[in-house]
Amino acid sequence: MKYEMVAGFETHVELATNTKIFCSCTTQFGGDPNTHCCPVCIGLPGTLPKLNKKVVEYAVKAGLATNCEIAEISKMDRKNYCYPDLPKAYQISQFDMPLCEHGYIELSNGRKIRLTRIHIEEDAGKLVHSRGNTLVDYNRGGVPLIEIVSEPDIRSIDEAREYVEKLQLIMRYIGVSDCKMQEGSMRCDVNISVRPVGSETLGTRTEIKNMNSINFIAKAMEYEFNRQVDLIESGEKVVQETLRYDDVTNTTSSMRGKEDANDYRYFRDPDLVTINVPRKKVEEIKATLPELPFAKQKRYIEELGLPEADAQLLTKYKKIAEYYEEAIKGTKNPKTAANFIIGQIFRHVENEAEKEAFNINVSAESLNELIKLIDSGKIRMNLAKSTLDKMLETGKKPSELLSDSDMAGLDENTFNELCQQAVENNPNAVSDYKNGKEKAIKSLVGYVMKNSRGKADALAAENKIKELIQSL
Amino acid sequence: MSESKIVKLHGMLANKEISCTELTQTYIDAIQKDNAALNAYVTVTPETALSAARTVDEKIAKGETIGLLEGIPMTLKDNISTDGIKTTCCSKILEDYVPIYDATVWNILKKQNAVLLGKTNMDEFAMGSSCETSCFGGAKNPHNTDHVAGGSSGGVASAVGGNIAVYGLGSDTGGSIRQPASFCGIVGLKPTYGAVSRYGLIAYASSFDQIGPITTSVEDAAAVFDAVSEYDEKDSTSQGRKEAPVTDTLKNDIKGMKIGIAKEYLDGVRDEVKEAIQKATDIYQSLGAEIVYFDLPALKYALPVYYILACAEASSNLGRYDGIRYGYKADNYFDVNDMIKKTRSNGFGDEVKKRILLGTYVLSSGYYDAYYKKAQNLRGTIVNAFKNAFTGCDVILAPTVPMTAFENGHAVSDPIETYLTDICTVPVNIAGLPGVSVPCGFDKKGLPIGMQLIGNTFGEAKILNAAWQYENAANMFKAADFGVKL
Repeated sequence: MKYEMVAGFETHVELATNTKIFCSCTTQFGGDPNTHCCPVCIGLPGTLPKLNKKVVEYAVKAGLATNCEIAEISKMDRKNYCYPDLPKAYQISQFDMPLCEHGYIELSNGRKIRLTRIHIEEDAGKLVHSRGNTLVDYNRGGVPLIEIVSEPDIRSIDEAREYVEKLQLIMRYIGVSDCKMQEGSMRCDVNISVRPVGSETLGTRTEIKNMNSINFIAKAMEYEFNRQVDLIESGEKVVQETLRYDDVTNTTSSMRGKEDANDYRYFRDPDLVTINVPRKKVEEIKATLPELPFAKQKRYIEELGLPEADAQLLTKYKKIAEYYEEAIKGTKNPKTAANFIIGQIFRHVENEAEKEAFNINVSAESLNELIKLIDSGKIRMNLAKSTLDKMLETGKKPSELLSDSDMAGLDENTFNELCQQAVENNPNAVSDYKNGKEKAIKSLVGYVMKNSRGKADALAAENKIKELIQSL
Repeated sequence: MSESKIVKLHGMLANKEISCTELTQTYIDAIQKDNAALNAYVTVTPETALSAARTVDEKIAKGETIGLLEGIPMTLKDNISTDGIKTTCCSKILEDYVPIYDATVWNILKKQNAVLLGKTNMDEFAMGSSCETSCFGGAKNPHNTDHVAGGSSGGVASAVGGNIAVYGLGSDTGGSIRQPASFCGIVGLKPTYGAVSRYGLIAYASSFDQIGPITTSVEDAAAVFDAVSEYDEKDSTSQGRKEAPVTDTLKNDIKGMKIGIAKEYLDGVRDEVKEAIQKATDIYQSLGAEIVYFDLPALKYALPVYYILACAEASSNLGRYDGIRYGYKADNYFDVNDMIKKTRSNGFGDEVKKRILLGTYVLSSGYYDAYYKKAQNLRGTIVNAFKNAFTGCDVILAPTVPMTAFENGHAVSDPIETYLTDICTVPVNIAGLPGVSVPCGFDKKGLPIGMQLIGNTFGEAKILNAAWQYENAANMFKAADFGVKL
């Protein structure tokens, strides 16, 4: 029998607000243990939470960018459970009135992964185990999170991968989170079950908790899919449980038994008032949303005529897309700028973090200047390429690197003369070419390019030289 | 009549009849003499008090004018956080806890150079009606120390009634300011929910808790309320005082004021108390007020609603006491869960554990709808019933407690009966309304009887106005034979 995977995601994303959700402590990652804390976020007796408005705004942004409906009225609830990293013994979260509901993420195969809800909540602290002791660091306690809950709409590991990547991309684009999985600012729980292909009913699911890498998610899902299929094939049953993924052994194991099933005793937090997000506010926030990467990709392909691969590479990071759009302002050929960025500039930004930051020596204005020089025929592509390399090296503008004569273009007489010289001064190459060595023509063209200081059109030179050799 | 101690002492300080240091020392000496009998203070802070007193004396010496509360010796219930001063909630679990920040109310008063004499006794985590659930033992009634001061703010009431503090701030979740004020024959104001910041008040039941003054006169209660009822951005539920200072209208004429009486408030009330209330209505009529009678059937839901919701919130609020960060920690344990279990089992007293269990139960899945949710709905019913009542009257007059102060040990031996005695005080907390208890007589044993004036939301000015007029006309205050004689 063939089986299909049914999976849903619960994704926690740390919001990039400067301060925590209920106090004014910094949200910065790291710091010495328990230094980003105050009486409120360590839950000292008598303290009260005060909701950070930015958190609501960021969550609404996330909701709008994922096609959610935004609730005009919502509230905060207490999720009660006892664990040393939770200083109040309850997490302030949202239970039955989340801020955002009924959204979706569209995958490249056209399938929509429905989002049940997005709600806001506070993060817990962290347990640090060292030399037989367990210590608690509350720096992360009270950092704002959104939890994005999807319906069980994911049917394959590829879809899962794309879903997580798209969420990451969207959240980074709208600036609500850096979604650094390795630092824990994005973490996924995966609910997974299997069923015979064609079946409409859902199988018993397991939940794999707290994964912080897309590759681990893929591996864990693959392992868990096979484990569940094997169980069913051998006549056993899948037990509903919470699992932990071990990336060393590439296996999942049970975190807690059913008997420990938590009753969180949710109730409205009496310390916080109703959250009102009037329609007008939603419209205001909507107006601040940037064009999303998929809309951008589509536009690059349809309006700028870029190949899909280029469009994807240029839109993956917001800063790169912004850079590209600045560079092509008022220029004629958007593909040239794309080639420069992907071909030459990308060599200087190798890893993800560098692409994310996109701090490069050449400003978008300088690149724009360079492309305009090509557009106006003042310089040729070869010269432009070598100039760009120099720009990347020195940080100088094209106008600082190119002389007037570089940009003066090449008149027809000089061009013809140079081609004539090439043939006359390189008899060996000419005879090689005549004897069928096609490649010999390159050194003749090279002569023209070198002596015109790159200003000649290489293709025109090749044609002219061929013509001259034939007429010999 | 009961004159304003604050006004009198303020005048003496300003006119240099007494220095603030002398005044403060007098109170410190009185505490040393009488606290053994009253058990009102659990922490005495003479250095803090004298240091504030010196600041005030310097100001007076320089000829600067001083504020009304400046230099007045006072106390705080031991659930109001004080930076650097132990705040125990009279629980073993917090017996050595020293806050690192000030509650907003204390911050306000500190800025006005209030002289803090110490922290006062209370039922553990404010759960109780006799102050006897305190891990330090109960505070005694200054009119008869065989009787309790009441609870939960028993220590403040005992100290103020016993003249070892001029005034104090207590907290009232289901009557914890008004009931001990009534038992001790003094004035206790529970303000509208949101009128006074809760920031720094160690929570019992967050949607009910409210800080308010306990004083020997209505005028003092008004002065302290005016001082502390400020909007506080640290408390999302805070709104501050909505109207002009209540002191402005305190002594206004009450001709034509409609005073409402609901018969449900008098069900099961002891005869002596009923008679005192009847006499009060006579006085009000003689002052030109109109007495109107109405029904408040929703009152029968008040006790179950209160105990379900307050315990539910308490079960969550008290979850944080796990021995990890501060407070008491059990000695012998084999892992973290065992440590938390033993810490909580040994650290909390029986009444607190009982309410945590109750609250946990009513919030559990499977019981939530039958208890918590139903109680929330009934809370709405009670809110609306009061709203409706205030369309027909300006203030409601009711007993504060159906009886007078219990004998020592009685409340603990019959907890259910004790819960039932909260019947007249809890409705106000459920509806978030202001209520003030004023002395209105004595029983055969000479124990004080209190009556309660209840106002509409943010109606403190009206109830204090009505209370002052009654106090002025009836003259029911009698100073207990303890402490400082002015």
